[in-house]
Amino acid sequence: MPKMIKRFLRNPSAMVGIAISVFVLLVALLAPVLVLEDPTQIDFGKLSQKLEKPGVTTILGRDNFGRDLYSRIVMGARVSLLVGTSAVALGMIVGSLFGLLAGFFGGWFDEVIMRVTDILYAFPAILLALALVAALGPSLSNLVFAISFVSIPGFARVMRSSAVTVRGSEMVEAARSSGVRTLRIIFKYVLPNAVTPTIVYAAISLASALLTEAGLSFLGLGVQPPTPSWGGILAEGREFLRTAPYMTNFAGLAILITVVGFNLLGDGVRDVLDPRNAS
Amino acid sequence: MTTFIIRRLIALIPVLLGVSTVVFFILHLTPGDPAQMMLGDFASREAVEKLREEMGLNKPLYVQYGLFVADIARGNLGRSITQRQPVIKLIGQKLQATAELATTAIIIALILGISAGIIAAVRRNGFVDYLVTLVSLIGVSAPVFYLGLLLILFFSLQLGIFPVSGRGGPLLPAIGELFTGNAQPVIRSLRHLFLPALTLGLSFAALLARMTRATMLEVLQQDFIRTARAKGLSIRFVTVKHALKNAGIPLLTIIGLQLSALLGGSVLTETVFAWPGLGRLAVDAIFARDFPLVQGTVLTVAVIFVLMNLIIDGLYGLIDPRVTYS
Repeated sequence: MPKMIKRFLRNPSAMVGIAISVFVLLVALLAPVLVLEDPTQIDFGKLSQKLEKPGVTTILGRDNFGRDLYSRIVMGARVSLLVGTSAVALGMIVGSLFGLLAGFFGGWFDEVIMRVTDILYAFPAILLALALVAALGPSLSNLVFAISFVSIPGFARVMRSSAVTVRGSEMVEAARSSGVRTLRIIFKYVLPNAVTPTIVYAAISLASALLTEAGLSFLGLGVQPPTPSWGGILAEGREFLRTAPYMTNFAGLAILITVVGFNLLGDGVRDVLDPRNAS
Repeated sequence: MTTFIIRRLIALIPVLLGVSTVVFFILHLTPGDPAQMMLGDFASREAVEKLREEMGLNKPLYVQYGLFVADIARGNLGRSITQRQPVIKLIGQKLQATAELATTAIIIALILGISAGIIAAVRRNGFVDYLVTLVSLIGVSAPVFYLGLLLILFFSLQLGIFPVSGRGGPLLPAIGELFTGNAQPVIRSLRHLFLPALTLGLSFAALLARMTRATMLEVLQQDFIRTARAKGLSIRFVTVKHALKNAGIPLLTIIGLQLSALLGGSVLTETVFAWPGLGRLAVDAIFARDFPLVQGTVLTVAVIFVLMNLIIDGLYGLIDPRVTYS
């Protein structure tokens, strides 16, 4: 394990990924301290300063309601990270469980799970998530549910393929012949030895979960105003693209930089954990 | 080949049945009454009851499901609540616009993405490789709607060379007009198509470049490449004739899987550019709570994805003569 960490630390792009991810995480955690003005409340005294350009008084400018854009983008980090990480975590737990059981038991259960993932794969993630949120109504928890739901088939497949390999190993055979209970075999022997590809996949999925969240928020199906989200700010800025392009640009850059960070992190985790890169 | 196609089409039936089941249950996930939700809180009791009857919501769930599947099998996707027209007709009108956008985007992505990926792999760790790696990383990380707005900002608002939104008439009939000596329709059509197709194409190109690079690197490390190089064949010849051919199959598989990202991207791109396609129809239907139209559009997109992958399976044989369809 220390060897892997060393390899990870020596990977420059992974370090950039870590740095960006930690930075965004800190911004999200410390957001209430970092904001300069109330990011949601419309201050009628500042309405006259609406769409003020970035400058000395407001570093990122003001939005169409006179709210400080810096404060809104800082606060928006919370929604993006919260939705992204919890959706991936939920999707990973549910998907991996199905994949683990399907891979271990095989037979009809495996067949059913794999056909269901085939079917779910036929839908573009954003469209399926869109339809789910539309049916359930836009809210933070429904957003998490929808994004995690569309990530379930991927996790199920990744975990299944490694569980199938571990199932046939001598270690599992030995455990079986010495009378270890099936459930114990699955969680004590198969899971720890099959989990690596799932970790890699989870790291990569963070980026796409964040993009899905941003897409849904952009379409107006994310967290509802006045709560700031990056996709939402971008959508609001769209109407003022000509006069206040910075609104769109700062929100877009926030998404872009965070997703770059997650992608670098994912690539780094993959490079370190993928046995093909071990040499 | 014919038996292969027939067999694959038959194998599609359970997938399509599953896809319709998912689409059916999305509507029935709705907490409360879909009819009430569609009409809003202020609708009269009679109006809600009438819509429930019209949509068959007053029947037991399993009957509704049976009727839904039977209708789809007959090609009947129901009637749009808001537009008072058969869903299938509305989809038919928009399908061409999406096909035009997606096809142009795929062509842009294939040309840019695959060539960039190959060059990066051949010049591994060189300047070009770093440049391609960096640009494609930004490309896959940028939300497609942000990329679209950036292009609008630059090409439409700053330079004023391309229109901000809309479609300038169907491209294919416009190309037909060329033969009568009238170039105006083609120019108008292409001018409108350019930015949305570039947006979707660039974002898909970034994905392809990353995957082509990774696949080519793997192939280039194999023994037969070293042998070919040792025989004195040029890098260019080995890359094109040996490596690319062997990278073809894994690349095609990846492209097939990523087509759903392209279709998903078209939903957002069509929204940004007000492109009158299937994706925008779906988004509009979702906001209007027009559930039959939502079901129809989502189902159609899924079916397109499944059919595209069928075509890709057929292409394997063209690339690799070892693949047989018996």
